Amino acid sequence: MRNDQPLIFERSKPGRIAYSLPALDVPAVDVSELVPADYLRTEEPELPEVSELDLMRHYTALSKRNHGVDSGFYPLGSCTMKYNPKINENVARLAGFAHIHPLQPEETVQGALELMYDLQEHLKEITGMDAVTLQPAAGAHGEWTGLMMIRAYHEANGDFGRTKVIVPDSAHGTNPASATVAGFETVTVRSTVDGLVDLDDLKRVVGPDTAALMLTNPNTLGLFEEHIVEMAEIVHEAGGKLYYDGANLNAILGKARPGDMGFDVVHLNLHKTFTGPHGGGGPGSGPVGVKADLIPFLPKPVIEKGENGYYLDYDRPQSIGRVKPFYGNFGINVRAYTYIRSMGPDGLKAVSEYAVLNANYMMRRLAEYYDLPYDRHCKHEFVLSGRRQKKLGVRTLDIAKRLLDFGFHPPTIYFPLIVEECMMIEPTETESKETLDAFIEAMIQIAKEAEENPEIVQEAPHTTVVKRLDETTAARKPILRYQKET
Amino acid sequence: MLHRYLPMTEEDKREMLKTIGVASIDDLFADIPEQVRFRGEMKVKPAKSEPELWKELVALAEKNANLKQYVSFLGAGVYDHYIPAVVDHVLSRSEFYTAYTPYQPEISQGELQAIFEFQTMVCELTGMDVANSSMYDGGTALAEAMLLSVAHTKRKKVLISSAVHPQYREVVRTYAKGQQLEVKEIPYDGGVTDLAALEAEMGDDVACVVVQYPNFFGQIEPLKAIEPLVHEKKSLFVVASNPLALGILTAPGAFGADIVVGDMQPFGIPTQFGGPHCGYFAVKTPLMRKIPGRLVGQTTDEDGRRGFVLTLQAREQHIRRDKATSNICSNQALNALAASVALSALGKRGVKEMAAMNMQKAHYAKSALEQRGFASPFAGPFFNEFVIRLGRPVDEVNGRLLEKGIIGGYDLGRDYPELAGHMLVAVTELRTKEEIDRFVNELGDGHA
Ligand SMILES: Cc1ncc(COP(=O)(O)O)c(C=O)c1O
Repeated sequence: MRNDQPLIFERSKPGRIAYSLPALDVPAVDVSELVPADYLRTEEPELPEVSELDLMRHYTALSKRNHGVDSGFYPLGSCTMKYNPKINENVARLAGFAHIHPLQPEETVQGALELMYDLQEHLKEITGMDAVTLQPAAGAHGEWTGLMMIRAYHEANGDFGRTKVIVPDSAHGTNPASATVAGFETVTVRSTVDGLVDLDDLKRVVGPDTAALMLTNPNTLGLFEEHIVEMAEIVHEAGGKLYYDGANLNAILGKARPGDMGFDVVHLNLHKTFTGPHGGGGPGSGPVGVKADLIPFLPKPVIEKGENGYYLDYDRPQSIGRVKPFYGNFGINVRAYTYIRSMGPDGLKAVSEYAVLNANYMMRRLAEYYDLPYDRHCKHEFVLSGRRQKKLGVRTLDIAKRLLDFGFHPPTIYFPLIVEECMMIEPTETESKETLDAFIEAMIQIAKEAEENPEIVQEAPHTTVVKRLDETTAARKPILRYQKET
Repeated sequence: MLHRYLPMTEEDKREMLKTIGVASIDDLFADIPEQVRFRGEMKVKPAKSEPELWKELVALAEKNANLKQYVSFLGAGVYDHYIPAVVDHVLSRSEFYTAYTPYQPEISQGELQAIFEFQTMVCELTGMDVANSSMYDGGTALAEAMLLSVAHTKRKKVLISSAVHPQYREVVRTYAKGQQLEVKEIPYDGGVTDLAALEAEMGDDVACVVVQYPNFFGQIEPLKAIEPLVHEKKSLFVVASNPLALGILTAPGAFGADIVVGDMQPFGIPTQFGGPHCGYFAVKTPLMRKIPGRLVGQTTDEDGRRGFVLTLQAREQHIRRDKATSNICSNQALNALAASVALSALGKRGVKEMAAMNMQKAHYAKSALEQRGFASPFAGPFFNEFVIRLGRPVDEVNGRLLEKGIIGGYDLGRDYPELAGHMLVAVTELRTKEEIDRFVNELGDGHA
């Protein structure tokens, strides 16, 4: 095995340090006098021993082996990989936000509570909901929180038979998974050939056991569910609630609001639509908005504005309880708030307009070279199918890997599950036409290569620091940690 | 519209609309039914320029009393610790913070390797075999440990020590409600889990026993005595642990813990009003394929080079959907990186030194308070937090401390009515002797 990039443990050498702690200024006591012998650690954790420069070189080298939005185009569908504004980072690092303790007296954190309250107000307006909680840490956590509120709502009505959550076959995996964690059974509703929820199938599966229908709109194919009003009626008439997965809100800011479409519960992914950076996989933030009849069930505490300022209300007898220690991923909420205040109402509307313009432009230009399973205007993202290329022996995975050679992050692939050899492309509004064109040209070239010289695609990537990795062995014989050779 | 985040020019727009074959952007929204079209102006505050917004938000931040101005003895699960300067420099590399989950390993080796290193560090600290790439926080990690235990043992009852962080217990109870699990609290005695009460509750229906080490009161739970009670009934032993304490304390893995969870916040993560922090989740090998969340594994590429990939994904929601072991998708990767960098900076020696310093300073503070006549209800060994009886309402005392620039400890009466008038005091390595002495002096005389 060749190791081009040592692990931090492999750079380690006893006798080196990269920290600077003050000298002990209280009387020194041997910890062995403070801890019973059985509880005094005898085997030291094998942590690195490096100098500060060693450390910086290590992580700088790692960063160079990573692609972020600042490195290049990142049209990863469903993830809204837009530009992460730098002022957000500076604001989140202000001592008054970064270094406050969640259990400080309320009068000492009025600025933080005010920001959270105002963010909630803004999210209410943007989504058309009546109340918002900032507690959930990410989208999936918001889904589960919302479903728990729906459960509590039904149970408060003495309705204990609503055991099922309906999700479309195009739904993101977290939807059914969250339903399970919330104790529901998942029922799948089919999509039509047009890529929209099949209303007849919905009528068939909906019933007195329906707790909720979870829906993304625009859906994960990038298509607006045009029959949303009928769908809401069908579900509401059956006594169920309508849940909005806000992962795709970037398509409709200022254009349509989930609250107006009939949704009862909404989660947002502030790390998508509202520029909380994705952080290599998180942290995110997944606020949940609800209509008035679900307000009693919000997680506690709830931020209220009183005569003497903002306070946390714990006296919520019908609350589902706490879903997270403290008040959510505040640092991400600060970034999202900064973003909203940088955009204003017109700016937010323009975000969706350009997100949709960019997606449609790319879709039109690529339609000639790849199969377009749903040929109609898309919203902020669209799906292509690589089935034409598959016949030539080139899989969507190969196309994705070939894109790496052009310096692009590939689209989301093989999701949604209902599209064969799926590629899901979401350009976002922050990309220039030149970038979109460069990506389109690369995709066109790859389509040509698939016809003329498929090996170059099949064997891609050719330019990355590693080639394709053996995932099968990784799963069969898992090596999940470094072990010092002895 | 001219905006620094929106690059399209009018000319671009015209050309693109022409390519699409529509006259206006509005035409692209024609599929939104008229009935649900939003026609008004959103009541969102008007956009501010960068300097104006900066000024406003600086002023808002300054309304908060921050831990860099005030001297804090507040802990209760979130601590003011030394954050090596390198941490923020690494986090600010936008290759890390503007990337997402490393789905494409060839261009994500940096993140993948960083996570692999993180997993290793968690295993080293906890004495466990396998750690995942992070959870949202210590509280939800604990709830997921409960769900794993329930799924693994197919039992529906969970025992949790009342000396576990009250907010963690609340989160656990919320998760339990969904799956209709029974959560039973075991009382504490002398500041640690009451072993007799635990033994009395143990049965073949118990999925797991949850304790915290050190516990919410800072006390070192007798894991050695608890473990046989748990395993005798084939229940899983779940330990929530402050990872810094493990620089000094015997690892829970060595005591036979099956699942160890907690929050990495003490390593390189600012308090930031309670989040984002960074949950960790570690198990013994038999539970490896049931662990929630992302896992990174080592492998090789076609040329035999070492590389890293997301692995054992058959556990996860995007593959297994409603049968997944958890619904988690986005986690706390950037904070896991922060913790890794802090742990690399502190290293083998620094973690131990910092942990010892916490312990010594906390003990110094407790003795100083005892000398002033303050009694502690608990006499057992503790880490960097301890309980003292003030005999006065804690919020009143804290109000007066605040006037002196001190943020006092946690009011235990909020969660434990029997401990009204008791303060949970945290002393980290950042508190100087002078600050501790000042705190003790301000508290006055305990005999009163
Ligand atoms: C459509 C959809 N729903 C839900 C989620 C889950 O969100 P999170 O990763 O924040 O938990 C995602 C994220 O990828 C998504 O794309």
